[in-house]
Amino acid sequence: MKKNAAVDFWVGLFVLLGALALVFLALKAGNLSSFTAGDQYRVTAEFDNIGGLKPRAPVKSAGVTVGRVANIKLDPVTFRAVVSLDLEEGFDFPKDSSARILTSGLLGEQYVGIEAGGDLENLAGGEKFARTQSAVVLENLISQFLFSKASEGDSEK
Amino acid sequence: MNPAILISRLGAGVINTVTGLGVFARFVGALLVLLPKALLRPRLVVDQIHFIGNYSLVIIVVSGLFVGFVLGLQGYYTLNRYGAEQALGLLVALSLVRELGPVVSALLFAGRAGTSLTAEIGLMKAGEQLTAMEMMAVDPKARIVSPRWVAGLVSMPLLAALFSAVGIFGGYVVGVLLIGVDSGAFWSQMQAGVDVRDDILNGVIKSLVFGFAVSSIALFQGYSCQPTPEGVSRATTRTVVISSLTILGLDFVLTALMFSI
Amino acid sequence: MGFVAQLKNVDFGYGDRLILENISLDIPKGKVVSVMGGSGSGKTTLLRLMCGQYPVNKGDVSVLGQDVVAASTQQLYAFRKRIGVLFQFGALFTDLSVFDNVAFPLREHTNLPESAIRDLVLLKLHAVGLRGASALFPSEISGGMSRRVALARAIALDPELIFYDEPFAGLDPISLGITANLIRTLNDALGATSVVVTHDIHESFAISDHVIVIANGRVLAQGSPAEVESNQDPYVQQFIKGLPEGPVKFHYPATDLQKDFA
Repeated sequence: MKKNAAVDFWVGLFVLLGALALVFLALKAGNLSSFTAGDQYRVTAEFDNIGGLKPRAPVKSAGVTVGRVANIKLDPVTFRAVVSLDLEEGFDFPKDSSARILTSGLLGEQYVGIEAGGDLENLAGGEKFARTQSAVVLENLISQFLFSKASEGDSEK
Repeated sequence: MNPAILISRLGAGVINTVTGLGVFARFVGALLVLLPKALLRPRLVVDQIHFIGNYSLVIIVVSGLFVGFVLGLQGYYTLNRYGAEQALGLLVALSLVRELGPVVSALLFAGRAGTSLTAEIGLMKAGEQLTAMEMMAVDPKARIVSPRWVAGLVSMPLLAALFSAVGIFGGYVVGVLLIGVDSGAFWSQMQAGVDVRDDILNGVIKSLVFGFAVSSIALFQGYSCQPTPEGVSRATTRTVVISSLTILGLDFVLTALMFSI
Repeated sequence: MGFVAQLKNVDFGYGDRLILENISLDIPKGKVVSVMGGSGSGKTTLLRLMCGQYPVNKGDVSVLGQDVVAASTQQLYAFRKRIGVLFQFGALFTDLSVFDNVAFPLREHTNLPESAIRDLVLLKLHAVGLRGASALFPSEISGGMSRRVALARAIALDPELIFYDEPFAGLDPISLGITANLIRTLNDALGATSVVVTHDIHESFAISDHVIVIANGRVLAQGSPAEVESNQDPYVQQFIKGLPEGPVKFHYPATDLQKDFA
């Protein structure tokens, strides 16, 4: 049965190579290493406009990822977007911290940035961000620019 | 030509196709039922993984390498126009893991392993080996077909993963080593953008589905072919054609299901 | 004298074409029985019916006490372990060696240890004269040798009933003699019954106890070789003597000769 032993070896090698390839993909190519296996706590933030924010977008503070956007809903009473954020245990932010929607790069995907405030008490699970800033919508920016240009022209006359 | 004849021919064609699908579905059902029994005889399955998987390694790895090279070149050329060449790693990895890895390796698998499965089973049928086995009270579906089917299911995801991994390496070689994209940017953008659940896992699911489809089609064509030289040759051609179309069709369906969520 | 197989009023065919029509025959136990007939007479089909390979349109087929027509898959497989079938060109498994081919039924159906299997396989191969070839592969041996290996495989489980599908087709005189001799001696040594489907007159008459002649899907004549040889039916006479003209015409039906060359 020597032939069997040789076949077993090659097949085992093949399966091993395949498994290694999968592990390589998961670790080096994917973001498994930064997979949040730890505990999280959920807070909410309300925005007038979320722009292009999507669920699972990162939540960053000072550029470091501290959590993920869990889901986005519309409040039918205030007509504002209610965004739920899952933050990692161990990252606590003061109660008066602000949440802003920022863009990575010029045309990149949008994420939530947290700027720490100065309060002595920290934001706990289930609480809401007091201060938020909505995403920059390009059309509003352009119309503002045109409006200001037009008013400049008016005042010169 | 007489329209009545045309219509009856069309009807016969449709009935034949539907009946053929039914026979195929019963065949696949029988294979699913035989799956636990096949796992009780690992020797047979391991031998088949050797023939199907190991012998496909060369074509998969070489093709993956070249696809990675081309992705690196084409990707750089396009991204350079927008000043986004730092995202080359991300482009190469996502293209491979989500689409090209499962699909291209499945197409190659159908051409290499699928045809050899069809030809082998077809020639055994033509040489009355399958009937001889039945006369010896051994079910050829359990003894011959099922181990090959299981081997195909196991080999396909492994081959797809290898294709993607080698392709990423190929993209790295062309992008970073040859063209000069920053190595750090190559890997970090990739890691930031490729999600294990959404991208890699979905790619694995795709390759499992493709493996299921290609193995079933190849074995069915061989098992049900005409036991003559022309019959076997026609069956191998049909394996490649039907497998390829099924892979591309399933790819569309799976992609729509997975990535629009 | 008991019968190992009985067919009663069997019809078999595809669509409108009946290959076998209302045919009844019995296979006596312990004898070598030859089933003979021209090409397309249905003799190979008879063999397949007796093995339970095809279903019948009408009638009963009972072999070794098992109703083959109504049998479940379980019963059919249990029945097939008691028979051996030798196919026309051997039908050896081309990816296995001669040894592994003969060992196949033993490995699949028994729990014998490898040492016992080795002894049994070599004994069977010795009986057909090929013990020295056990390490060779089917691609490395001649057609005649392939058939002998297939015979060794067919008797691996010591069957009660052995079917031979055209065992003499395409063999040289020496192999012919060897094969015919083997069929006879193995039948007697195993105490089994052999059904030989063939159209070779000389060899089969030499070894058979009983001959059945089939024509047009019916039994035309049966009896001992001497009885069949002296049967005065014109088809039997044409068949046995190999005459070009008789009930089976030389010319395929065609229009008048004058019309084609006028």
